[in-house]
Amino acid sequence: MSESPPNRAKCEISLQVNGKVVAVRTYPMERLLDVLREQLGLTGTKEGCGEGECGSCSVLVDGVLVNSCLVPVLQAKDAKITTIEGLAEGERLHALQQAFLEFGGAQCGICTPGMILAAFHLLSKSPQPTTEEIREGLSGNLCRCTGYAQIVEAVAEVGRRGAGG
Amino acid sequence: MRARPAEYELAAPGTLSAVLSLLAQEPGEWLPIAGGTDVMVQYCAGRLPSRKLVSIWNLPELRRIEVTPNEVRVGAGCTYTDLRQHEIVSREFVLLTTAAGWTGGIANQNRGTLGGNVINGSPAADSLPALLVYEAELILVSAKRERRLAYGDFHTDYRKTRLAPDELVQSICLSRRFSEYYAHARKVGARNAQAISKVCLAALGRLVEGAVDDVRLAMGSVAPVPLRLRETERVVRGRRIKAELIQLASKTAAAEIRPIDDIRSTARYREAVAGNLVAEFLERLSIAGRQHE
Amino acid sequence: MSTGGIVGRSVPRLEGRDKVTGQARYVDDISLPGMLFGATVRSRIPRGKIAKVTFGPGVDWDEFVIVSAKDIPGKNCIALIDDDEPCLADGTVNHPEEPILLLAHPDRRLLPQAVEAVCIEYEPLPAVFNIEESEQQSQIIWGTDNVFKSYLIEKGDVDAAWEEADYIVEGEYTTGAQEQLYIENNGMIAAFDPQQGVTVWGSMQCPYYVHKSLVKLFNLPGERVRVVQTETGGAFGGKEDYPSVIAGHAALLAMKSGRPVKIAYDRIEDMAATTKRHPSRTRHRTAVSKDGKILGGEIEFTIDGGAYETLSPVVLSRGAIHAGGAYYWPAIRIRAKAVATNTPPQGAFRGFGAPQSLFALERHMDRIAKVVQLSPVEIRRNNFLKPGETTTTGQTVNEAVDLGKLLDRAMQLSDYSAKKDRFARENKESTRKKGIGIASFLHGAGFTGSGERYLSSVVGVEGCADGTVRILVSSTEFGQGTNTVLCQIVAEALKVRYENVSIARPDTQEVPNSGPTVASRTVMVVGKLVLSAALGIRQTLEASGLLGATYSPEEFRAAVRAYVAKNGNFRSLARYEQPEDIVWDEQKYRGSAYAAYAWAIYVAEVTVDLTSYSVSVDDFVALQEVGRVLHPVLAKGQIIGGIAQGIGFALYEKVIWEKGRMQNGQMTNYIIPTSADLAPIRVYFEELGNVHGAYGAKGIGELPMDGPAPAVINAVEDALGVPFNSIPLLPEDIFDALTNKREREKLSHVTGDHR
Repeated sequence: MSESPPNRAKCEISLQVNGKVVAVRTYPMERLLDVLREQLGLTGTKEGCGEGECGSCSVLVDGVLVNSCLVPVLQAKDAKITTIEGLAEGERLHALQQAFLEFGGAQCGICTPGMILAAFHLLSKSPQPTTEEIREGLSGNLCRCTGYAQIVEAVAEVGRRGAGG
Repeated sequence: MRARPAEYELAAPGTLSAVLSLLAQEPGEWLPIAGGTDVMVQYCAGRLPSRKLVSIWNLPELRRIEVTPNEVRVGAGCTYTDLRQHEIVSREFVLLTTAAGWTGGIANQNRGTLGGNVINGSPAADSLPALLVYEAELILVSAKRERRLAYGDFHTDYRKTRLAPDELVQSICLSRRFSEYYAHARKVGARNAQAISKVCLAALGRLVEGAVDDVRLAMGSVAPVPLRLRETERVVRGRRIKAELIQLASKTAAAEIRPIDDIRSTARYREAVAGNLVAEFLERLSIAGRQHE
Repeated sequence: MSTGGIVGRSVPRLEGRDKVTGQARYVDDISLPGMLFGATVRSRIPRGKIAKVTFGPGVDWDEFVIVSAKDIPGKNCIALIDDDEPCLADGTVNHPEEPILLLAHPDRRLLPQAVEAVCIEYEPLPAVFNIEESEQQSQIIWGTDNVFKSYLIEKGDVDAAWEEADYIVEGEYTTGAQEQLYIENNGMIAAFDPQQGVTVWGSMQCPYYVHKSLVKLFNLPGERVRVVQTETGGAFGGKEDYPSVIAGHAALLAMKSGRPVKIAYDRIEDMAATTKRHPSRTRHRTAVSKDGKILGGEIEFTIDGGAYETLSPVVLSRGAIHAGGAYYWPAIRIRAKAVATNTPPQGAFRGFGAPQSLFALERHMDRIAKVVQLSPVEIRRNNFLKPGETTTTGQTVNEAVDLGKLLDRAMQLSDYSAKKDRFARENKESTRKKGIGIASFLHGAGFTGSGERYLSSVVGVEGCADGTVRILVSSTEFGQGTNTVLCQIVAEALKVRYENVSIARPDTQEVPNSGPTVASRTVMVVGKLVLSAALGIRQTLEASGLLGATYSPEEFRAAVRAYVAKNGNFRSLARYEQPEDIVWDEQKYRGSAYAAYAWAIYVAEVTVDLTSYSVSVDDFVALQEVGRVLHPVLAKGQIIGGIAQGIGFALYEKVIWEKGRMQNGQMTNYIIPTSADLAPIRVYFEELGNVHGAYGAKGIGELPMDGPAPAVINAVEDALGVPFNSIPLLPEDIFDALTNKREREKLSHVTGDHR
């Protein structure tokens, strides 16, 4: 019985996740998505497609929205990562989370973490986006339940209230 | 996720020269990975043959934009977002930044790099026709040398380029002589966002005294490589834009391209749409010309 | 939060906070100690015998748990209607991706290569891939004639109608497969204990369907099988029957290994192997008078069920019953059949046969309009069902629905007439052709005919120690609002705070069988039972003297606490009873097919860009009568979400088949609309109430799936003057049709034909 190829070496990688510095010992080509979910237990970030199409795995790396299924964890070394778990302040929901609840932005909820982070990222660049800008900004996050309308309403409302930051 | 991370090595030497040394020592052994928006998709599907990768993500020597009086040098490691956010690039090379805005969603634009698109050589890449009409030049580097190559000569066949096994693309050089041209780009895909193009057009034109003094047309997804439509340009150059010319240009373009049937579309659709896109460009060029007068 | 007026208000989604904070736990977020991961080895051919199985090199097979058909303790089937679908192939395969072997290992990452390393040799047999090939019967791949099921619905004298007709209008319409594309892939975790039996946790719509299939697969008594639903990330019917397959697989691996096992598909596997919407072909032949009244007709409705029967008879039933739509047919003959092909079995997808047959009908109505030279509006108005008239199955419309008025309102909201005229004028000079199209339709809520009686759903409401009440149903939440609306209903019924009502996780050990979460029945049917059970709680408290005739929410809570302190948790159960006026003849397929119908008029405005041949939907009006809107935000969300899927069905979502395998099984190549693709959708409701539904509600989950495709394609025909009878309609198809039209026109010019 022949063997599988020998395992490569693991490495120590330091990341800052939701404000906390963590060290993981892992393979450099482990996906950031899997490190977050499986090693750090932050299961809020989801896998919907494994090809960077659906955006369910969206997180912020140094304030920039990326699809974590396409990021080798080594490339996120020393980065500041924000996942959905890092958005609320204790019991106090972020305005986007509040608005999603109010406007029906979440139905089954599986796209919601990525969608909220994408909206957060959009508002950080464009605090009072037009409907068209919202639709473009979220076009990398697929939702099958809502048809997007109530998501767009929620984000627009947060923009209007000036509460995106 | 169909790959086993334990089988892969990812080196991240951190400087361009260190990466180039590695490529020189073991040419063809190490696959460079920048933002990963292409390599990682293959990896996740269990279809990446290379087991050794070297990260060129965020290397300062590659991720910068240098502006000189005659040229803008876009580092190959610049992301699509970097391009869209750069004032001069978005003002003078609107075809490139427009294409950057079409590439995937925001998350993928934040990671995908222009160099990655160039090296990948996919004929469907949105930004490559723009590079063709801007007559970009590439600076290719290896541990031993640096050379400059016309981008139009870079792709030799479907996903094949003139890049040597120990080389990387360092920059894409864009001459600043096109900022007065009328620029037009259009992508036809299966939906408005996150679509691989079925046909896309990048076009530049200039009218002098009502006649086409210069025109440059390039298309994606219509041939094994991004294609410069030189025959169509020849037919148009020097002429006044009238209905017969538009029809002729349209037909010439449809005949000049070599589209195929594939999972996304059909050859005959692509021919027709390619012809329509050229016609649309010429109509708009004509209107823009009249507005100038 | 005040009480009363809870129903009709957009209260917070019950589990919403967990969803927006990332706390909601879907099956792939869950791990059990010692858990293994499972994977499935699947057929690579569409039909044939398995000749040899070799476990290839490069894998340490001793580390793997391997399960085959011979490990199945009970019956090797997925119990559903008839037990024809094997859980694991045993010697023969009938479709690509058919499950053959199961593997498990502690390291998830070793499984894909292990699956690739299993080498299976086949003796292929000729296969059949579409309806026409199946009908030819040159290969019999199922039963004696490749037909899973057929129905005949007859009313009146169709043959006399042909005699009377001034026009006979024929048409054939086809719809393709559609992938549900829930963003959460299928997944299950299973555990097996020799004493306690099988437990599974996972993404599903119908815990008791899974329960029934595991009972049969393992030959266990019902008490030794436990099924628990985890937070489910979208379903749309795609998790109605398929979970039984993946649950069976995970449970077999758990049994063989003695450890918990998780099987979670990735997108590639889920798209390739699981159920989709049945492709359909509908043929219409209609007798019409010269003033545009339908005199009678024949409809032949055929759906492709894939390799095994699964739910096809029920999809067929609903499609056949809806084939006549919202119109009065004095005479009709509907012949419906579901046929077998060597493709992965098809299943439920929102609408469940009705989107297919209603697409055909609503396209056909526009065709009839052209032949008779009336407008699409007039032809519908002339033929709408009116109160007192009977449907195709002979059910009397006994509510005061006025479809003519609904149509008027839709026309006004969409500015239909003015736009139609303006587009006709402006299109002449434009390469961007605009059009506007209508669909008018109905959707029956609840199980068909005697279905609800057969289900005999039971619900419970329980009083808890802390004074709150808890709902016990097997009805599941997967985004549509089950949890929220059922709690609203109970809070309203008992006049207590919405916050003081909870709902138990659907766990077959804890909750009674309230039937599957399908058929738009949850709010209407289950909600009504829940209301009844809630009132039973109040009665118990009143009878015990702890509660007066009027009370405050606090007093109610105190009464429950007191009762529980004295007597322990108490429950009130309610069981479904078929209303006397819902009478159905299963043999003749006649009678009251559904307890309630929702009615709708949808109007789509499109632009066809002749540069790219692409269609964009620029405005969409969705007007529907739904009984009563219990939660405005949720109801609107259901309509818009369904319309987005319907637009996908019409214009984007093509499954590319080759020899029974889906070729474009990735999100890059299977196209659903992004946020940048959908124009605003305007939603309007009317409310006539419904005696058979909780607080007057009718089911609405599937209604919005029926109208968009025909409305959009009717609009495209309006824009281009070319009829399209097949969906999905891609730009390439429009280009081909226009080129053919030009070719034909050129030819007729040359030969001097008149058209």
